[in-house]
Amino acid sequence: MLLFIEQCLNGLQFGLLLFLLAAGLTLVFGIMDLVNLAHGSLYMLGAYFAATFAAWTDSFVLGALLALAATLVVGMALEVVALRRLYGRDHLDHVLGTFGLILFFNELVRLVWGPAGMSLSLPMWLIPPVEILPGLFYPTYRIAIILTALLVALFLYVLVMRTRLGMLVRAGASNREMTGALGVNISLLYTLVFGLGAALAGLAGLMQAPILTVQIGMGENILILAFVVIIIGGIGSIRGAFIAAILVGLIDTIGRAFLPDLLRLVLSSRGASTVAPAMSSMMIYLLMAIVLVLRPEGLFPVSSK
Amino acid sequence: MKRLLMGTVALVALGAAPVGAQQSVKIGFVSTFSGPTAVIGNDMRNSFELALDHLGRKMAGKPVEVIYEDDQQKPEVGVQKTQKLVESDKVDFVIGYIWSNVLLASLKPVVDSQTFLISANAGPSQIAGEQCSPFFFSTSWQNDQTPQAMGTYMTQKGVKTAFLIGPNYAAGKDMLTGVRTTFKGQVIGEELTKWPDQLDFSTELSKVRAARPEAVFVFYPGAAGVQFLTQYAQSGLKGQIPLYTAFTIDAITLPLQKDLALGVPGAQEWVNDLPNDANKKFVADFRAKHKNYPSFYGAQSYDAANFANSAVVAVNGDLSKKDAMRAEMRKANYASVRGPYKYGNNQFPIQNFYLQDVVKDAEGNFTLKTVTTIVKDSQDQFHEKCPMKW
Repeated sequence: MLLFIEQCLNGLQFGLLLFLLAAGLTLVFGIMDLVNLAHGSLYMLGAYFAATFAAWTDSFVLGALLALAATLVVGMALEVVALRRLYGRDHLDHVLGTFGLILFFNELVRLVWGPAGMSLSLPMWLIPPVEILPGLFYPTYRIAIILTALLVALFLYVLVMRTRLGMLVRAGASNREMTGALGVNISLLYTLVFGLGAALAGLAGLMQAPILTVQIGMGENILILAFVVIIIGGIGSIRGAFIAAILVGLIDTIGRAFLPDLLRLVLSSRGASTVAPAMSSMMIYLLMAIVLVLRPEGLFPVSSK
Repeated sequence: MKRLLMGTVALVALGAAPVGAQQSVKIGFVSTFSGPTAVIGNDMRNSFELALDHLGRKMAGKPVEVIYEDDQQKPEVGVQKTQKLVESDKVDFVIGYIWSNVLLASLKPVVDSQTFLISANAGPSQIAGEQCSPFFFSTSWQNDQTPQAMGTYMTQKGVKTAFLIGPNYAAGKDMLTGVRTTFKGQVIGEELTKWPDQLDFSTELSKVRAARPEAVFVFYPGAAGVQFLTQYAQSGLKGQIPLYTAFTIDAITLPLQKDLALGVPGAQEWVNDLPNDANKKFVADFRAKHKNYPSFYGAQSYDAANFANSAVVAVNGDLSKKDAMRAEMRKANYASVRGPYKYGNNQFPIQNFYLQDVVKDAEGNFTLKTVTTIVKDSQDQFHEKCPMKW
């Protein structure tokens, strides 16, 4: 039972991390109608910035905050310099353009930080595991990730649903021309939204950095899962991304955790441990296929389109 | 871009010297030069280049020409690049291969064309057994050998129960099989994880905690080894359950693993402090040129260059005498940095394995040191399945 709770926490933590990545992606896709494959590069930049700033300032928290600000700035600059030219165009042009950006950022990181990768160590107070239930120890840092991501989800909800800026964002999403005609500076609004998305990706990257190593191309595999999340959740829906991300995180983790044991009932031990990882990663795509068949618009479609 | 440039350079070189091309010894070197594991490929290339420098960039008086190809850690890319080397570049040797799955995919085109293939790292069980070939040699090991040495050590330490974790691909399965053959205690859990994309091991670590083994054995090469040790410490298991490793802590990962690797034993056929002259020269010159310590990947690549040289010298540069070259190679008649070793009938090394420990050197850098010899003259368990006899 304790093992099951622990595995659910693992799934929740992974899901919330996916949510941070997917939230930025779905905002940009849903509101600006831009397919941004380079979102994973911003995730990578967040991690590299955090590792660098943490080394300079000798403080994990300060390094993380600076990295967040830096990714925000890079995101806004990227929007102004490159992505703005892609808006009126076809989705295929977006894919081509932003794929080029992935290559650009990978090479840039190689030039600036070198090919070897970096590590970001945690401060002492985040290292020892805590006993959250009698007999159940859980890494403090993973709890910190869960709490941070929940706070961000709350912040996004309030921002989009309860503030003037959020209202403008929603208005811009449903009718760009009309909102512009009413005197709202749409291009500034888009720059801000993109910057926010970039900062969210950077946050995901920098929080993942102490668990994984900081390396070139680290955002590419996880980006595929983030796309799966926004397709399941409904493109443009933050709420959908939240639910879908937790769903995907839980399915992935629970699958990996318990499928081998289930398969061992019918297969040999070695056969089961070979097949299980492949099957558990298939389950996510199976879920996506089922959602696409039953609700092609996703679980929480944005009705305005 | 880099590949394009390198390709262009190779083309220009070929076009400029059509006569000279036949006079040179051509070597194709396949490794991973892009993506997260490119550091391993670079280390292999640096060591291979150093060996060529030590040879005066000549073998039996002929200039050596090397074409480096990037397999991107993907079997389908590896086999394509290998075919290109064999069919259009017409190389005399194909050397390299970090990954067992890439090597397995690339083996056939090389040996079918009667070109010598020297694996400088990967040693899948299939090639040691049924798929063994007179044109395949290894300057590394068969995958199972290193974990077998570790299993022996775990038994010596009196470990009663162990949990095994590794990645789900050819080498991962070989490694876990290897430990099982020599570990006399009970294996109470085994996990294979998705490779190479799964980097978060929270699920597996939770299972370890629930299973309460006396020891954990892991195999995670490259950056995954850094991630595993980091997460092992974060989960709080580091102080509770001792970790035993194969190919998880090396000169490439140590600068990132730092203190986390202290006190975690590993097994290897080569360690940078082995006291023979060839090794002293290799390590000293490598450190002078690249500042950091060479890794075992590098040592095996350095050996591969000298090993190929021994064959070329034996036939006085006449590379059409393949049988004579093979006869020489079977003697392992060169100064290997691991010290002398022999070849088995499947042309895999019969060699010693050492226990290695992590220490700090005089300048405060983390490095590895030999503690003791775990097994002497270890031969892989698949050689009997290889029909080749000599």
